[in-house]
Amino acid sequence: MGKHVLLVEDELNIIEAIRFLLSREGWQVDTHSDGADATDVIRSSKPDLVVLDVMLPGKSGFDILEELRGDAATADLPVLMLTARGQSRDREMAEKAGVSRFMTKPFSNTEVLTAVRDLLYVHGQRT
Amino acid sequence: MASLNALVAVCLAYVFFLFCVAFAAERAGVRGRARWLLRSPLVYTLSLSIYCTAWTFYGAVGYAARSGLEYVTIYLGPSLVMIGWWWIARRLVRIGRSHKVTSIADLISSRYGKSNGLAIVVTVMAVIGVTPYIALQLQSVTASLSLFAAAEQGSLTDADEARAAGFWIAVGLALFTVLFGTRNLNVNERQHGVVIAVAVEAVVKLIALLAVGVFVVWGIAGGVSETLARIDASDLGTWEMDGSRWAGLTFVSAAAFLCLPRMFQVMVVENDDERHLQIASWAFPLYLMLMSLFVVPIAVIGLDLLPAGSNPDFFVLSLPLSQGREGLATLSFLGGFSSATSMVIVATLALSTMVSNHVVMPVFLYLHQGGATQSGDVRNVVILSRRLSILAIIGFGYIYYRLSGGSGALAAIGLISFAGVAQFLPAMLGGIFWRGATRAGALMGLGVGFSVWVFTMLLPSFGPDAILSAAVFDQGLFGINGLRPQALFGIPGLDPTVHAIFWSLLLNAVSFALVSLLTFPDPLERLQGAQFVNVFDHSGQTRGWQAPVAESEDLMIMAQRILGAEEAQRLFQTEADRQGNGGYLPKPTADFLQRLELELAGSVGGATAHAMISQIVGGTAVSVQDLLAVADESAQMLEYSSQLEAKSRELSQTAAQLRDANAKLMQLSDQKDAFLSQISHELRTPMTSIRAFSEILRDTDGLGPLEKTKYANIIHVEAIRLTRLLDDLLDLSVLENGQVTLNRQSGSLVDLLDHAIATAQASEARPITFKRRRLDETVTLHTDLDRLSQVFINLITNAQKYCLAQDPELRIDVTQSGERVVIDFIDNGWGIPAASRDVMFEKFSRIGAQDGNGAGLGLAICREIMARLGGDVSYLDGTGGTAFRVTLPHSQALAAQ
Repeated sequence: MGKHVLLVEDELNIIEAIRFLLSREGWQVDTHSDGADATDVIRSSKPDLVVLDVMLPGKSGFDILEELRGDAATADLPVLMLTARGQSRDREMAEKAGVSRFMTKPFSNTEVLTAVRDLLYVHGQRT
Repeated sequence: MASLNALVAVCLAYVFFLFCVAFAAERAGVRGRARWLLRSPLVYTLSLSIYCTAWTFYGAVGYAARSGLEYVTIYLGPSLVMIGWWWIARRLVRIGRSHKVTSIADLISSRYGKSNGLAIVVTVMAVIGVTPYIALQLQSVTASLSLFAAAEQGSLTDADEARAAGFWIAVGLALFTVLFGTRNLNVNERQHGVVIAVAVEAVVKLIALLAVGVFVVWGIAGGVSETLARIDASDLGTWEMDGSRWAGLTFVSAAAFLCLPRMFQVMVVENDDERHLQIASWAFPLYLMLMSLFVVPIAVIGLDLLPAGSNPDFFVLSLPLSQGREGLATLSFLGGFSSATSMVIVATLALSTMVSNHVVMPVFLYLHQGGATQSGDVRNVVILSRRLSILAIIGFGYIYYRLSGGSGALAAIGLISFAGVAQFLPAMLGGIFWRGATRAGALMGLGVGFSVWVFTMLLPSFGPDAILSAAVFDQGLFGINGLRPQALFGIPGLDPTVHAIFWSLLLNAVSFALVSLLTFPDPLERLQGAQFVNVFDHSGQTRGWQAPVAESEDLMIMAQRILGAEEAQRLFQTEADRQGNGGYLPKPTADFLQRLELELAGSVGGATAHAMISQIVGGTAVSVQDLLAVADESAQMLEYSSQLEAKSRELSQTAAQLRDANAKLMQLSDQKDAFLSQISHELRTPMTSIRAFSEILRDTDGLGPLEKTKYANIIHVEAIRLTRLLDDLLDLSVLENGQVTLNRQSGSLVDLLDHAIATAQASEARPITFKRRRLDETVTLHTDLDRLSQVFINLITNAQKYCLAQDPELRIDVTQSGERVVIDFIDNGWGIPAASRDVMFEKFSRIGAQDGNGAGLGLAICREIMARLGGDVSYLDGTGGTAFRVTLPHSQALAAQ
């Protein structure tokens, strides 16, 4: 059974691209586009990995990450964060919030796949 | 002589009674009892009545008999002063109280820089001026005594006997004054005993005069109407009134009322409460009116009844005697006796204070250089000198009385005295009203006025060939015609009294004013002058003492000698407690020295007190340099502190500006960050898709053609999006920097809208219905049509994109209002939430979750364009849908017709 990845992203074309990449690796990819209820969706769908955009409508990716880390059930959940803003301050903020991996858009497909693979492997080892 | 003996017995009894009253009052005063009486306005008013001496008691009738109603002037002057109390008397009392003034000499010397020289001059002049007056009292008492004796024996007693009586009376008066006038050293502590005795005597003399009057009117004349008839019949009413005499006498009596040492004593020194003046201002004129009520009737009846040649000065006494009314005559005698004694007591008291404070004490201090710090009680010296002064002054009076041989009308002698003391008036009034008055001016005025008075009034009063030879009267001093004592400057024809008053006071005032103007006051004078003239502004003391060099112990020793050990120790202890330094001796601060000087001034006068302290403190003279230095220093400090204040104000202003600027910078920096973030996001997002899909196309094997086309299409759309974004950014940048060049053309609004709609429909697939009234759109515009079109396209495209109604429609309304053309774009969508309306014209602002096509720059660009075109684009409220209003100024919109 393939790992379960939840992609939280509002840009349709990017969703399409990531879904294509991850699905081809055999992982199950679900998507969600709204920041406001993203935390609840993550909690209920219990993914093995979350790919999280920063600039989301309703709530920023940083806030969602903080909420996830504040909750014991999702405290260890691997989160790969993607941002288009790409300023060093954003990376700091993400790391402070407890991100597992941080990537700047535009990304190379291979990098994303490697990162997801790493995160899922580490996560798998631990559980 | 039995009757005469009885009279003497009555006199002694009366004096004994006065002793008792004074003694009781003194005791009550010490114990603080009966304050309601001792310090009542009634007693104050009655004490003022020492103005009415034996001269007025006896002499007024004589005056009336000789000169008709003119005697009224003697009452008129003081009445005017009291009625106008607010103007001068109140000021004098306030100054007297705040500076602890002990006498008129003290007042004048304090005003002119605590000058003891001036005090001595005033004292000497006062003694000379008042001596005839005291003699007058002695004369009136002895004359009245001998009148009794004459009535007894049918002939006048011999002169020796009268003089002996005069002597014993003088001794008695001196004794009384010594006993009650020198109990307290501090003159400023009220002499309750004397004041009460004076008040009692005021009542006695009033009752006596009224009684005689009543007896004359109802007992002799037989009623008011008969009296009036007899007055009409006499020549008295027909005396012609000499205007200059009236004015001159009223003036000089008013001046004397203020300047007589005894009047100053009761009015200023003994004043307990300024409010008493207010009551006395009507009560005292009333008293004077009562005193003068029966003067004319007594004079008229006296002239009628008594044999020609009898002295009209004693009608008050001789009328009852001639009618055999011994009791009434005795009462009348007591009245005259009261008038005389009260005047002598208070006058000698006042004079002795002046003499001891301003003549004896300075001499004593001078003889005992450094003596102020010696132990031993100076108080004894002060009291002794005061007692000796009393004896001396009464002695002078007695000698004058003996020398003048008891001759002359009472009124004439009284007037000489009045005019003499009136010479103080310019210096005194000038001192309290004019800051420019100087010591030199005061000295000059007093000197000139007094000399003229002596020459024109005092010396001639002894008669031709007594002191001044008849030749001087006729041809002037040294044969100079301008120096005739009764026709100065060769101007004859004036009444001698008016002549003397006029010239002495005129020359006095003129020389006082002139010299004052020509000289400069020294610093202390200047300070005191300000204090006196502005006494109602600040009743404080001048601060004369500088750095305290004085040894407290020396000060203590000196204070003990003047104030007495107990009083001095209490004063020092209080001060030490106030300073809070534990011991018995306070630090000699300038403040304390000031207070001490004031205390001492109450005992020995301002000038002496000042001299005594300066003996210990040393360099007390406040030099102009010192004053200027102090003034400079404080001015500098003021300036410095105001500079500091200005600086600190400036600094805080700058700080506030900096804060503002910083806040603005922070805001700008935040905006810049946000802007960069936004741009980064807007650029990276399409790039992400482009890269991802191009990598997919490149790296993925076995993609179907459908997928390939799809992914290539995505890359294409995103590339266009990226281009458009860059276009918009550049456009906005150009617009914002004002670098845009407008390409003005004329065109019709209809065509412009047609074109915009067509363009919008071509780029955006979503259908929308347009509602237009083409007739309204027939407006010719002269503006940058391409830019305006860009705005229209943007607004129409927005409506197409975001109007989520079932059947979206866009209404375009064109209206012309005055100078503007207004184009509204109203759709039937949901409108824009109020909170977002403010920000939606900002860059990168997007409302709600929309598709990723727009970068949120459209409205920002629209706003910039409209600003360049001189118009505006704004959100239009209350249409039910989303609505934008484009406004163009009319200068760029020409009507089609």
